[in-house]
Amino acid sequence: MSLLELKGVSLSFAGSRVLDAVDFSVPAGAIVSLIGPNGAGKTSLFNCITGFYKPQQGSVRLDGTETLRMKPHQVTRLGIARTFQNVRLFREMSVRENVMAGQHCRTGAGVIDAILRLPAQRREEAATRDFAEACLRFVGITEGWDREATTLPYGWQRRVEIARALATQPKLLLLDEPAAGLTSGEKEELIGLIGRIRDERGIAVLLIEHDTSLVMRISERISVLDHGVMIAEGTPREIQSNQKVIEAYLGVEEDALDL
Amino acid sequence: MTIFDIFTNQLLNGIVLGSFYALVALGYTMVFGVVKLLNFAHGELYMVGGFAGFLLLSFLAPYLGPGWFGVAVSMVLAMIAVGFLGVVIERVAYAPMLSAPRLSILITALAVSLVLQNGMLTLTKGQYVPFGAALGFGGVRLGSLFISYNQMVLVGVAGALMLGLELFVSRTQYGRAMRAIAVDKDMSRLMGINVNAVIAVTFFLGSALAAAAGTMAGAYYGSLWYFMGFLIGLKAFTAAVIGGIGSIPGAMLGGLILGLLESFGTQLPGVGSEWKDVFSFSVLILVLVFKPTGLLGKPEQERM
Amino acid sequence: MAQFPERPSPWGGLGAILDTPAKRWTAIAVILVAMAAAPFVFGSYGTVILTNALLYVLLALGLNVVVGYAGLLDLGFAAFFAVGAYTVGISTLHFGLNFWLALPLAVLIAIIAGVVIGAPTLRLRSDYLAIVTLGFGEIVRITARNLRETGGASGLIGIDSPWLFGWHIRTPLDFYYVFCVLVILGVIASVRLANSRLGRAWLYVRHDEDAAEAMGIDRVRVKLAAYIVGAIYGSIGGAFFAANLGAISPESFSFRQSVLILMAVILGGMGKIPGVILGAFIVILAPELLRDFGDLRLLIFAVGLLLIMLFRPSGIWPVRSKR
Repeated sequence: MSLLELKGVSLSFAGSRVLDAVDFSVPAGAIVSLIGPNGAGKTSLFNCITGFYKPQQGSVRLDGTETLRMKPHQVTRLGIARTFQNVRLFREMSVRENVMAGQHCRTGAGVIDAILRLPAQRREEAATRDFAEACLRFVGITEGWDREATTLPYGWQRRVEIARALATQPKLLLLDEPAAGLTSGEKEELIGLIGRIRDERGIAVLLIEHDTSLVMRISERISVLDHGVMIAEGTPREIQSNQKVIEAYLGVEEDALDL
Repeated sequence: MTIFDIFTNQLLNGIVLGSFYALVALGYTMVFGVVKLLNFAHGELYMVGGFAGFLLLSFLAPYLGPGWFGVAVSMVLAMIAVGFLGVVIERVAYAPMLSAPRLSILITALAVSLVLQNGMLTLTKGQYVPFGAALGFGGVRLGSLFISYNQMVLVGVAGALMLGLELFVSRTQYGRAMRAIAVDKDMSRLMGINVNAVIAVTFFLGSALAAAAGTMAGAYYGSLWYFMGFLIGLKAFTAAVIGGIGSIPGAMLGGLILGLLESFGTQLPGVGSEWKDVFSFSVLILVLVFKPTGLLGKPEQERM
Repeated sequence: MAQFPERPSPWGGLGAILDTPAKRWTAIAVILVAMAAAPFVFGSYGTVILTNALLYVLLALGLNVVVGYAGLLDLGFAAFFAVGAYTVGISTLHFGLNFWLALPLAVLIAIIAGVVIGAPTLRLRSDYLAIVTLGFGEIVRITARNLRETGGASGLIGIDSPWLFGWHIRTPLDFYYVFCVLVILGVIASVRLANSRLGRAWLYVRHDEDAAEAMGIDRVRVKLAAYIVGAIYGSIGGAFFAANLGAISPESFSFRQSVLILMAVILGGMGKIPGVILGAFIVILAPELLRDFGDLRLLIFAVGLLLIMLFRPSGIWPVRSKR
């Protein structure tokens, strides 16, 4: 059974259809890419999976649990973590504090615990800190944990964001254009990191990405979205030779053919 | 008095009250539509409008008389003056804040409101100020129901102002620009709309309507108080929420509904007039809980 | 132009100055000695004023959790203050309850009121909370004015002062020390909350609600926690206020009261405890100094608040916080 299973997901905003009966799945422990021209609805699909948008129709299941009516924080708790297209770290907080955010949904200390500072609360704080630091080391950030996160170089911020997502202990990690704005060296590191996330942590990865060569190298499966419709699905090799995909990317549309 | 008499009397009271609420609610809703800001100072503009009308009338009364004509001229002048005050407030206090976090804007709006309120407290030493209009007590009797000419003029003027606003928003270029900005400010800017000018016009109109309500309230009830904007600010906000914040017809409808709810609500057993305000704030909370988009409001945009 | 929220470290930069344990303990010792000695320096009138200032510090610390930590604007904070005071007044006068039993009851009722008001509104845009809390504040005040049980417009008189292990807390000096203890506990709780899982969550939600939610943080729940902590502080302040004065009336819990507490939080520097304490002292002591100004006093505060927001939104407290 697939880890993530979407069936007939349709989403419209103010009458215009953004996603049209999308079927889609991510097998456990797989690396899957979602590609498509700009405005195809890729990020909208992410938002449907993570509970930020409520599709009018369809079903989204993680491990068989329907998440369609869940709030974003409940979806995260269930095991889906995400990054954002334009990095969204918490301003004026340190790198470590940013990553500690991920552990919030796996811990439980409340008002009384905080005020009384009982041993259990101290242990939980220490564990949260240790876990955050382990996640930072995992993504290759071994220093500057006390720096203000938004003052880091862009490529580092991307990795802090991935560490923050990993700190939620997900089963599935959604990366929204993780390579955007990275240097070629950083892209190589990213490819390595995505591989390790899957191999060492057993976390399935779903990414939206425009860098085709990167997508072709790391994906086991690729799905192609165009104008809200899933037009193709397959291995990188199959996608490369798929006529519909080529047309979508070349922008061969009816009005163009009319000429 | 029969039940029917009570009913018609309360209906009339509700409509008069509702007209005030609607005029003030319009300003809330217009400003909210364009800059997504709850202008806490809006109730105070009603209060300042009342005092401006009073001041103007005391200058003009020797020439125009203290009747409806004098009040009407004072009202128009007060609308212009307070309209500009609204624009100044926007430029000085809100414009620099629009990119700041929400909390800062809200506190700034509160600060503006407190400055106006306490400024007037200092000027009037906290005393009630008699308005000084002489409007007469004539009216029309329909059975046991007495409708004064003042009530008719008041509701008529309020209705005319609202109609004028509706025409302005639906027919003029500025009106169209206001609606475009309400939908997407950045896109409107790209389309060549002078966003700052439209925001200024919006504040001007909203503030002018509040001033009209303030002057009329002063003339109708006969006195002014520095704190009079506080309650009506809250009530008008309630009216705007009932109608659906951001919606102009909604604000009018909400004002009317709240006016009627209050005048009928106080007739319910156990809800005397001392509970009137508790009654309307409870309505506000209930509406926010069960229908935060109000009657005519659009559902809150999907997030992100 | 400076913009906040900046990183609100609860100590507001004091940590950098008092950077060794020795310096810290010295500072704490100096403060404690000053607190203990103050009544003998300032005399009996001064002690009453200081007690009032300490009450405001306590209330401002509570409101600071809501405004300074969680970034929510609460314009009806006096309502919780009223709930605390009236619960103690009514339950001791009408039901003969001991103060120490009335106190937790007051806190409990404040929590319930906080949930009833907070749970539905905290889902909505943050502006709505401001208006709803304003309305709630008025509802509580008007209710207190109009019920027989609350003594109507004249309020309640003859509320007993409490006993504690054979000590009858009765004189202004007694209450001064009681409020000293309350403030110390309030500061400790406040700092500990800021440096906790919940304290971080308030900042996450305040900076970026969507990113916080994507991290599995329930924003409504987290905000509600802040609102309720504020309610608890407010009700405790109100309970001791009632016991101290022995008499309460609805006008002590007006909109103006809510605004003064809010000013204490913002003027000094929200989110920073030394700033909040400074703000509370300004709000209480300035009227003593500006006595001649009469009604101008509130106008001066209002203008001050506006200037602070426009030119120095981080408040008067000088140190830009850093950690």
